[in-house]
Amino acid sequence: MRALIFSFIAVIGFSLSGCSNGDAPNKHQRGIYMLIDTSGTYTKELKKAQQIINYTLSQLESGDSFVVASIDTASFSEKDIIAKITFDDRPSKANQQKRAFQQKIATYVKGVKSSKYTDITGGILQATEYLNEKNSGMKTIMIFSDLKEEIKKGYVRDIPFSLDRYNVVALNVTKLRSDNVDPRKYMDRLKDWKQKVEVGGGTWDVINDLERLDKLIKE
Amino acid sequence: MMLPDFMMIVQSSEGLSILLWIIISVILLYMARKPAHEVLLSSSKILFHALRLLSSSILLAEKKLKERNKEVLLASGKEATERIIDREFERIDGFIKKDLARFPSLQREITDNVVKIDEDYRKSAEIPPAPPGWTKAIEPIAAIPPSEDSMVVDILKSIKETLDKGQEKALEAYRKSSKERHEYLTNMVPNLRHINQSVVELDKNVQVLLDRSATVDRHMDEYYEINNKTDKAAQMLSSSSMTQFFIAGFVLAIAIGGAFINFNLIARPMQEMVGGSVYMMGFKVADIAALVIILVEVSMGLFLMESMRITRLFPIIGALDDKIRIRMFIVSFGFLFLLAGVEAGLAYMRELLSADDAALVAGLLGGVAVEGADESGRWITTAAQMGMGFILPFALAFIAIPLESFIHSTRTVIGVLMVGFLRFLAVSLRFLGNASRYIGKSLVNLYDLLIFFPLWIEGFFMAKESAPEVEVAEVKKVTPKKSTVKKATAKAEVTPKSEEQL
Repeated sequence: MRALIFSFIAVIGFSLSGCSNGDAPNKHQRGIYMLIDTSGTYTKELKKAQQIINYTLSQLESGDSFVVASIDTASFSEKDIIAKITFDDRPSKANQQKRAFQQKIATYVKGVKSSKYTDITGGILQATEYLNEKNSGMKTIMIFSDLKEEIKKGYVRDIPFSLDRYNVVALNVTKLRSDNVDPRKYMDRLKDWKQKVEVGGGTWDVINDLERLDKLIKE
Repeated sequence: MMLPDFMMIVQSSEGLSILLWIIISVILLYMARKPAHEVLLSSSKILFHALRLLSSSILLAEKKLKERNKEVLLASGKEATERIIDREFERIDGFIKKDLARFPSLQREITDNVVKIDEDYRKSAEIPPAPPGWTKAIEPIAAIPPSEDSMVVDILKSIKETLDKGQEKALEAYRKSSKERHEYLTNMVPNLRHINQSVVELDKNVQVLLDRSATVDRHMDEYYEINNKTDKAAQMLSSSSMTQFFIAGFVLAIAIGGAFINFNLIARPMQEMVGGSVYMMGFKVADIAALVIILVEVSMGLFLMESMRITRLFPIIGALDDKIRIRMFIVSFGFLFLLAGVEAGLAYMRELLSADDAALVAGLLGGVAVEGADESGRWITTAAQMGMGFILPFALAFIAIPLESFIHSTRTVIGVLMVGFLRFLAVSLRFLGNASRYIGKSLVNLYDLLIFFPLWIEGFFMAKESAPEVEVAEVKKVTPKKSTVKKATAKAEVTPKSEEQL
């Protein structure tokens, strides 16, 4: 009889907790990690990044997490995180947080300094680490970069990704001068990244037209 | 077509092997003809009888269900008619208490007026004036023959003057009394009018009572019909139930639309109270909370209607003591009022949140926060939302009425549909049974078609063998034995039956 009562309570508790245990991801919460390339002349594109951040903020809801981090010489570090937030349960409080976040990004964009190298792989590894810890149901990594990776000598970045149930979106992948000379370089670059992500188990998407931002956050 | 190796009888020729296999199969089929026919026919027969049995059982179930439906329909119809008759009697009772309670006083008034009129009438009667007593005294004097005597002339003259004066006085008195009598008659008119009014009022009341009694009669006739369980009553109630079902369904659909609007009004602000990112069984807790509020409102509406005895979904509430019922009404109404207030507040909060969201989105996408937008007309939407938030709970309370009709009529509609379904099932099974019977026959024929060649040979030899027998039979036909005739007759009787069985 006691076992029956315990099992009944367990069933009720299980139902009330959203039919999930602590390890299972919360499928309704979204986690977005945005990497911003700050190397070389790409810093000129940061205004566009700001627009994308603002758009993303307008789409996120209570319980969602959003992180903006920079890509520099060594991106596999928490120090590169510019701003991070998990929105409050109450919509009014979440709105206040969004305003503060927007302000923080605006301040950063004003005083940004360009880096010599572009460690995209390190940034992605950092993003996966953060989002895995957050255990969000929908994980998105946005890479605002030309995808030209330049690793400082001595840094090991030949590491396979583990991007199961991740959606990786490359934003504003600008063409370099060398790409214009030989467009195959640009295409190969995109192809390489796509392969890397898909081998890691994630999905790959490229959005260069900022008018298509509505497809940025997939449900 | 490639034959497997083990089937290659003649290794060099596949065609020959196939042919040999066909011949072997045909011979085997011919040999197994009789048991095969029996298997096919008995299988089809079993299937036929099983399906027929099933069909009969379903028809029986359909009949029982039909009877049950009729019982349920009549019971609900009886209850409804009883309620109507009860209500009519209550109305009559109320009417009698209210309007006909004045009847004794009205009767008193009429009697008083009649007595007064009677008195006036009596007073107005013309009484002939009594002849003066002295006329008899002057009769001898009047009999005196006329003469020249001046004294007599004077006396007579004086008497004449006196008589004239008396006559004038009598005339004056008569006029006075006539006037008085006329006054009495004039006074009778308002009394008569009053009596007329009272009688008209009485007539009106009696007419209303007659109308009501006619309605009661009509309902009583219906009640008798239902009580006698006539088909007419069942048909009437069934058609009424169908109409009720569609009307109640339509009204419920409208109410659900209202509930949906209500839900949208309060779901968003609910996130402020219970959180916007908490989920339970796949649904947002805020949405569940909003839904629960609406359902509680509907429940309160149900209790309100029940305590007012408008609906009878919970007989226990209707049977409660009047005092408790009134308390229940007050409590339900109080809760409903509070919830309506809460909804109005939430609707206001929704407006605030919408404004905040709009400002935020404008700030994020436009680069700067927009504050200069024209806000002068915003109070209209705020007021409208608050008004809707307050009114909709009360409107939802009335769901109880169509809901009751819907629930009662659904029972009938489902019963009718089930009867239809069972009948369809029974007919289908009967059809399948017959089909299986003929399929069995067809399979037998198909079997024979496959082995037509050995059958043809068999027929050929049989015909050859039977030819001399026919001749012998013809000879025997001339002198048939009694026993042969009997056997033949018996065979003839058996054959059609067995054929029919097939």
